[in-house]
Amino acid sequence: MEEDAGKLMHSGNGSYVDLNRAGVPLLEIVSEPDMRTGIEASEYAAELQRVVRYLGVSNGNMQEGSLRCDVNVSVRPIGQAEFGTKVEIKNLNSFSAINRAIDFEISRQVNLHSQGQQDSIVQETRLWEEGAQKTVTMRKKEGLADYRYFPEPDLPEVVLTKAYMDSVGKSLPELPEAKRRRYEEMGLSMQDVLFLANDIAVADFFDATIQKGADVKLAANWIMGDIAAYLKNEKLSINDIKLVPHELAELIASIKSGTISGKIGKEILFELLAKGGTVKGLIEEKDLVQITDLVDIEKMVDKVIAENPKQLEQYRSGKTKLQGYFAGQVMKASKGKANPGILNKVLVEKLNAKV
Amino acid sequence: MLSTLHSPRSLSRFPLHLTSSVKPRAASASSASSLSDYPPPPLPAAQSPGGAPASQILTVRRSLLSGSVTATQLAESYLSRLRLTEPQLNSFIHVSDSVLKSAQEIDDKIAKGGGEALGPLAGVMVGVKDNICTADMPSTGGSRILENYRPPFDATAVKRLKEKGGIVVGKTNLDEFGMGSTTEGSGFQVTANPWDLGRVPGGSSGGSASAVSARQCVVSLGSDTGGSVRQPASFCGVVGLKPTYGRVSRFGLMAYASSLDVIGCLGTSVADVGIFLNAISGHDKFDATSSKQSLFTSINLLESKPLSGLKVGLIRETLDDGVDSGVKSAINAAVLHMQELGCIVNEVSLPSFSLGLPAYYILASSESSSNLSRYDGVRYGKQTVSDELNALYANSRASGFGPEVKMRILMGTYALSAGYYDAYYKRAQQVRTLIRESFKTALETNDILISPAAPSVAYKMGMLVVSYYS
Repeated sequence: MEEDAGKLMHSGNGSYVDLNRAGVPLLEIVSEPDMRTGIEASEYAAELQRVVRYLGVSNGNMQEGSLRCDVNVSVRPIGQAEFGTKVEIKNLNSFSAINRAIDFEISRQVNLHSQGQQDSIVQETRLWEEGAQKTVTMRKKEGLADYRYFPEPDLPEVVLTKAYMDSVGKSLPELPEAKRRRYEEMGLSMQDVLFLANDIAVADFFDATIQKGADVKLAANWIMGDIAAYLKNEKLSINDIKLVPHELAELIASIKSGTISGKIGKEILFELLAKGGTVKGLIEEKDLVQITDLVDIEKMVDKVIAENPKQLEQYRSGKTKLQGYFAGQVMKASKGKANPGILNKVLVEKLNAKV
Repeated sequence: MLSTLHSPRSLSRFPLHLTSSVKPRAASASSASSLSDYPPPPLPAAQSPGGAPASQILTVRRSLLSGSVTATQLAESYLSRLRLTEPQLNSFIHVSDSVLKSAQEIDDKIAKGGGEALGPLAGVMVGVKDNICTADMPSTGGSRILENYRPPFDATAVKRLKEKGGIVVGKTNLDEFGMGSTTEGSGFQVTANPWDLGRVPGGSSGGSASAVSARQCVVSLGSDTGGSVRQPASFCGVVGLKPTYGRVSRFGLMAYASSLDVIGCLGTSVADVGIFLNAISGHDKFDATSSKQSLFTSINLLESKPLSGLKVGLIRETLDDGVDSGVKSAINAAVLHMQELGCIVNEVSLPSFSLGLPAYYILASSESSSNLSRYDGVRYGKQTVSDELNALYANSRASGFGPEVKMRILMGTYALSAGYYDAYYKRAQQVRTLIRESFKTALETNDILISPAAPSVAYKMGMLVVSYYS
C-alpha cells in the first residue's frame, strides 16, 4: 500500500501544487512477467478494473486517475531462458493505449534485435505518445534513487488475525470470474455472459430478476436489448432507472403467460423505465390485457372485413399481402390488444373462407 | 571532571513554600549567583502528612476554591517573579500576553459559583517547551528556521491542559529541535541554571526545567528522546517524568525521532507531575502510536503507601568510572534511605546498558534526517529566496539550521544510505531489542530499577564545546 502524492498543475503564470489527493491510499498491484501480447495485458488491466468495481473499492476510471498503469516490456530470442533488458513505459491513459504501446514496444525491440542492435535496448523509462502512437525516451535519465527507507515509526504494526481475514473473505461479493462461470452454466451464450458480468450493477439486476423466477434467456435479452438501449440513449446507469428487477420478472411472466403481447410488453417497459410503477398497475390502468378470446377476435375480424370490402376483393384476387392491412386494422380497433397469433390464424381462415 | 557540588539537598526534608508574609525582593543582578534569594510566590503553606512536599497544584485549587487567593492574583505574582528572574535565566523564548485574561476567566467562573466544576489544573501556570505547538503563540522548536512561526493548531497535550484549566505562561527554551543536552544549542538564547547562573540547566528541555526550578511556573511540559526531560530535571533539582512511549499523544510535538520522542512533565513534586501527567495523557486518534491502555485506574496518586518489601535494583553499570564521586555518594545515600524505609535494594547488572548511547545516536539521527526534511523553506518557517528550487532548499536549510542539527541530519542520512542501512540502522535496532530484553528480565526480579539521572551535576556553561568544523 502506498500514499498518493500531490499533483503539479502547470499554467502560463506558474506551477500549482494540488494537495487534495495527497494521503489517499493506493494499492499497487504488480503482476508476474508472464503476459505475451498487448491485448493480454490490457484484458488483465480491464479485469482488475472489473474486480475493483465489483468490490466497490474504486471506480477504476483510468481517465480520472483512479486506476493507473505502467508496463514493463522485454524480449528475448526463442529458447533463451534469461529475460532480456526491460523497458518501462509510462503515460498510458486507457486500456487500448496499454495494448498498442506494448505491441509497439515489442516490435521496436524485436526490430533492434533483428538488426543486431540489441545492445541499444537499455533499462530506461519511455513515454507513450498517444498522438504519434509510439514510445519515446524520456529526456532526463536519472540514476538509481537512494530512498533511504526505514520502517515508519509513526505507523504501528497492524496485526491481522485469521478470524478477521476470514470474515473479510466471507464478505466478498461473487467476483467476476465466478460470476462468468455461473452464467455459463445457466446456459447463457458467451456474448451474454460477458455483457452481463461486465458491470456488477447490471449483474445484480439480472440476478435479482431471475431470482424472482424469470426465464434466464428472456431476462438476458431484455437487459441486453431494450434496457441497454434505453440506458445508452438517456446516458444513465442501470441503478438510475425506475424499473425494478421484480417488475421486469413480472413483465416477462405476463408476456409468457399471454396476458399481454410482446409488443405491449415493450411499451410498458418504456413506461416502467422512465416512470416506474408496476406491471399489473399499468395493465389495469391502460386496459392492456391481451385479447385472446377466439369469439372476440372473430367478432373484430368480421367487423373489419365487413368495413373493408374493397381490400377483401383485392385480397381474394391475389393480393395476399393485404393480410397485414387487415391485421393492422384489427390491432387498431383493439388498441393493440389482440393476440397476434390468434388474430392471424382467424384472419387467414376468414379471408380465405368460401363465401 | 566536575568537583564542585552544592551541599546535598534532600527535597523531602524542606517545606517548599514560605508563608504569605514574605514578599519577593528586588533583583540585584550583579551579586546574585543563584536565585535562592528570590522566594517563591506567596501561597498558604500546605503539606501532606509525613512531611512530603505539598502538591502545588492541589494547593492552588484549594486556595482558589476557598477564596483565599484569586487566579488573577496568583497569575500576577508568578508573572512578576518571571519578569524579575528572566534577565538572569532566559528560560522563555516567548511569554504569553493573555495570562491575565485566562486567569480572569477562571475567577469569573468561580464568582458564578462554578468552582467545583473547575478543571484539575485551574489557575496552574504551565511552561511549554517551544517544540510543542501552540496556536496562539510562536513555536520555533528553538530554531531560526521556524522563527516567528505560528502553528494553526495546539498540540493535543496543550489542548488537554487548557481544557483542564491550565494557563500557558510561555514557551520555554530548548536545544534546537531537541538535539542537545545543555540548551546551549538553542538558536536564540542561553538559559541559566537557577542554582548557579554560570551553569547550564541541562537539555534539551532546559528552559522547562529552569522555569519550574525558579518558580516561574508551577509545572512545565518538556520532551524526552534520549533523556531530555530527566537530565535537565536532575540538573535543576526538580522532578522530571519521562512517560512510557505512547502514554502521551505526540500530535503537535515537532518530531525529532518518532520512535523515541515522548512529551514529559516537570514539576516540584512527584504528586504534581503525576497529576499533570494524568491530565494530558490518554489515547489520541491523531497519534496512531498513542496507547489505548488507561492510566491510573485505581491508584490514588497521593495515597501514602509504605515502601517496605519493595524490590529495588540499582543498575551497577550506571555507577561505573566516569560518574562523579558526588553523584555516587548521593545515590548511595538514597539507597540507604530506601533501605531504612523497608525496601530491599540489590545491585543488578545490565551489561548491554552502555550500548544504549551509540544505538540512540544512530537511530535518532536517522529518524531525524527524515523528520527534519519538512523544513524546506516552502511550507512554513523562514525562506531564503533563491533562483531555483534546489538552491531554495539548500540555502534555507543552511541558514536556518544550527550546526548540531546539521551534523545529526548528515549522520542520519549517511547511516540510512544504500549499503549502510544494515551495518548501522538495522544493527542499532537489534541492539535496542537486546537492551529492552535485558531490562524486562531485570524487572522480573525487581519492582523498580534505579540509577542516577546524569553522571554529574550541571556543567559550567561553555564546557561542552563540540567542534563542528575540524
